[in-house]
Amino acid sequence: MARVVVDVMLKPEILDPQGQAVANALPRLGVSDVASVRIGRRVEIEFEGEADLERAREIADKLLANPVIENFQVKVES
Amino acid sequence: MSIDTVERAESTPDELQPFAELGLKEDEYERICQILGRRPTQSELAMYSIMWSEHCSYKSSKIHLKQFGEKAPPSDRMLAGIGENAGVIAVNDKLAVTFKVESHNHPSFVEPHQGAATGVGGIVRDILAMGARPVAVMDPLRFGAADHPDTARVLPGVVGGIGGYGNCLGLPNIGGEVVFDPSYQGNPLVNALCVGVLPVDRLQNKAATGPGNIVVLMGAKTGRDGIGGVSVLASATFDEGSEQRRPSVQVGDPFIEKLLIESCLELYENKLIVGVQDLGGAGLTCALTETAAAAGTGMDVQLEKVHLREASMEPHEVLASESQERMLFIVEPSNLDAVLNVASIWGVIATPIGVVTNTGRVRITWHGETVVDVPPGSLADDGPIYARPLREPADLILLQADRAETLPRPTDLRETLLTLVASPNLCDKTWVTEQYDRYVLGNTILAQPEDSGIIRIDEETGLGIALSVDGNSRYTRLDPYDGARLALAEAFRNVAVTGAEPVAVTDCLNFGSPEDPAVMWQFAEAVRGLADGCQELGIPVTGGNVSFYNQTGATAIHPTPIVGVLGIIDDVAKRIPMGFSHDGDLLFLLGETANEFSGSEWAWVTHQHLGGRPPKVDFGREQALAGFMARTAELGLVRSAHDLSEGGLAQALTESCLRKGIGANVTVGEDAFVALFSESASRVLVAVPIGLRQAFEAVVAEQEIPLTLLGTTGGTSLVVKDQFEIPLDELRTAWSSTLPKLFG
Repeated sequence: MARVVVDVMLKPEILDPQGQAVANALPRLGVSDVASVRIGRRVEIEFEGEADLERAREIADKLLANPVIENFQVKVES
Repeated sequence: MSIDTVERAESTPDELQPFAELGLKEDEYERICQILGRRPTQSELAMYSIMWSEHCSYKSSKIHLKQFGEKAPPSDRMLAGIGENAGVIAVNDKLAVTFKVESHNHPSFVEPHQGAATGVGGIVRDILAMGARPVAVMDPLRFGAADHPDTARVLPGVVGGIGGYGNCLGLPNIGGEVVFDPSYQGNPLVNALCVGVLPVDRLQNKAATGPGNIVVLMGAKTGRDGIGGVSVLASATFDEGSEQRRPSVQVGDPFIEKLLIESCLELYENKLIVGVQDLGGAGLTCALTETAAAAGTGMDVQLEKVHLREASMEPHEVLASESQERMLFIVEPSNLDAVLNVASIWGVIATPIGVVTNTGRVRITWHGETVVDVPPGSLADDGPIYARPLREPADLILLQADRAETLPRPTDLRETLLTLVASPNLCDKTWVTEQYDRYVLGNTILAQPEDSGIIRIDEETGLGIALSVDGNSRYTRLDPYDGARLALAEAFRNVAVTGAEPVAVTDCLNFGSPEDPAVMWQFAEAVRGLADGCQELGIPVTGGNVSFYNQTGATAIHPTPIVGVLGIIDDVAKRIPMGFSHDGDLLFLLGETANEFSGSEWAWVTHQHLGGRPPKVDFGREQALAGFMARTAELGLVRSAHDLSEGGLAQALTESCLRKGIGANVTVGEDAFVALFSESASRVLVAVPIGLRQAFEAVVAEQEIPLTLLGTTGGTSLVVKDQFEIPLDELRTAWSSTLPKLFG
């Protein structure tokens, strides 16, 4: 079994209301040194045999991420 | 690379500029140079390219649209009309209503969810900018074939986006349309309407009057959203691959918009501002130049004061950004602290970015260097105007000769009815509308699937407004003049059947490329039809929007004018719903039925046929019907009323039976097929309590409206005598399983 991790993030110029809401809430917890928060998601894919990064990339592009507004990165988890 | 300043532009007159890539023609570019007396700076070029685009300048449509003003009937009700952010109609001495429909087609194809969501956000800000509290939204939608795989991508995204944004804002979605046609395959239409209510004396305007007044930007930070064509300038500045970092998609945040609504209303209420303009397409560029041009003043703006989401943004990007949830205010210096205080109470950012001047120039500096120095009128009002060539589409004669009335008729009418009510355009739209909050705010009287949405606007008197949006692009394809008039007639009738008095019109005109003479001809004919129709009905067009370039490759969509009609109802308790509610009521058909099947749903569903000429439209009859419906509502003579349109009487009976699960028993004339499925205009199905028959017929006689007794309500089946009987359960299954089957 081999695990590939896909990290999906909104592209930097796309507004992230969720991240912004967290950033705005932090001062209420006494955290004042955070400049910005952006929230994405992490997807773990388990291959039956060897990790296939190419395939993972294809899956991410077609299904896991919305390439119009999101970027993604794939990496094999050791 | 250093910033392109006015000084630099003067010293490098021959520097090449990517005007063609930005969509400007050579003669347009030369005119800009003439206006400025030098080459434009990068920022100025960005501003002109946006403001002189079709979307902002209406350069192809202007000469046609002026008919709306010229032919407009005099109306004491109209407080603001075309050219303002939205038309405003006085309801009585104290209250006014503002409403407008706009398109957000292209963004909704690229990214359906966010595209549709920001469409709602944009139209809500237009309404807000007039001084009104937004009270409801509606969405006329057009998609490709229902069973096409791409429709399964676009439709759920669009519906989710509209629901997500509108529900978060807390605005009821009270109606709209969902129509499928292959011509929208690569170009769905997402139109959005918003309506708002204001005290007459709270009406706002956008003029930046009073030199010395402060220009304040309020709302979300400015980022690289929806920079669109300006990315050409950006890619000249950045490395290759920067294109990818600048999608033309905008992401909205409805919670910021909600705060913006509340802060604006507080500013208006306390009379803290002089002028206001929302930021939509063309962002700051549009807001700064339009407010200055409207007042004939000038403005000095320090652009670096704008709060940015990304520090690396360049001035032309800041000017072109279409970041959502922003408004621009003109504020007297003595009120500035109060304005900033209101913003901070609501938790939105507000920044003074400049001052109004009497120079007649908009001057914009970036860290002390002048990057823009232009006469604002040249951007806002004096864009190019084109009288584009018009030519009737070459295939129109053949198309019109191929009449649907000659198609083979069905033998089994029961089967035909069940097939039609299950077809994507006629089936139950609950799958869509249940994703929208229809009753939030507690003033919704009627919502989908009723003929009109009705909202109560005065809780003490029960005063309300009714709204309907309609458009049938197959009719318009066959005859754009009559097709547009039919759309108007249907929206007018939908408002009238609820008992409301129709008073004003808004329209969203969705067409293909204006550079195609055939499309331009369709547009010109549709506008002429709409303007003539409004003149005949005596109600003005108060505003709207034109969306061109709706096409896939060289193939344009069917011409699609969407017409919204606003009505007033004095007491919402007297509104007439569409569903049968009692057993034993008498069913009457008002109006006359002719053999009219061209462009009909039947021809399309059973024969995939589109040809002939659309049904006749007679505004005299529509007006008589409207007058009659208002009177019967006042007297309480009818229990329900439902307008006949696509799918004809069969569809109206189905919808009225299924609304509350009460059947009907009717007799139709000899030609049952025509009686049930023809789409003749100016017809209404009404249910009258048996004891009120005489009073009802007396009022009908006053108006000389053709009247046919069809039968009675009651039972658990729809029975057409000598033809068929369909149990309501079977009818409901056929009608309501289509969309869930297609979209899950």
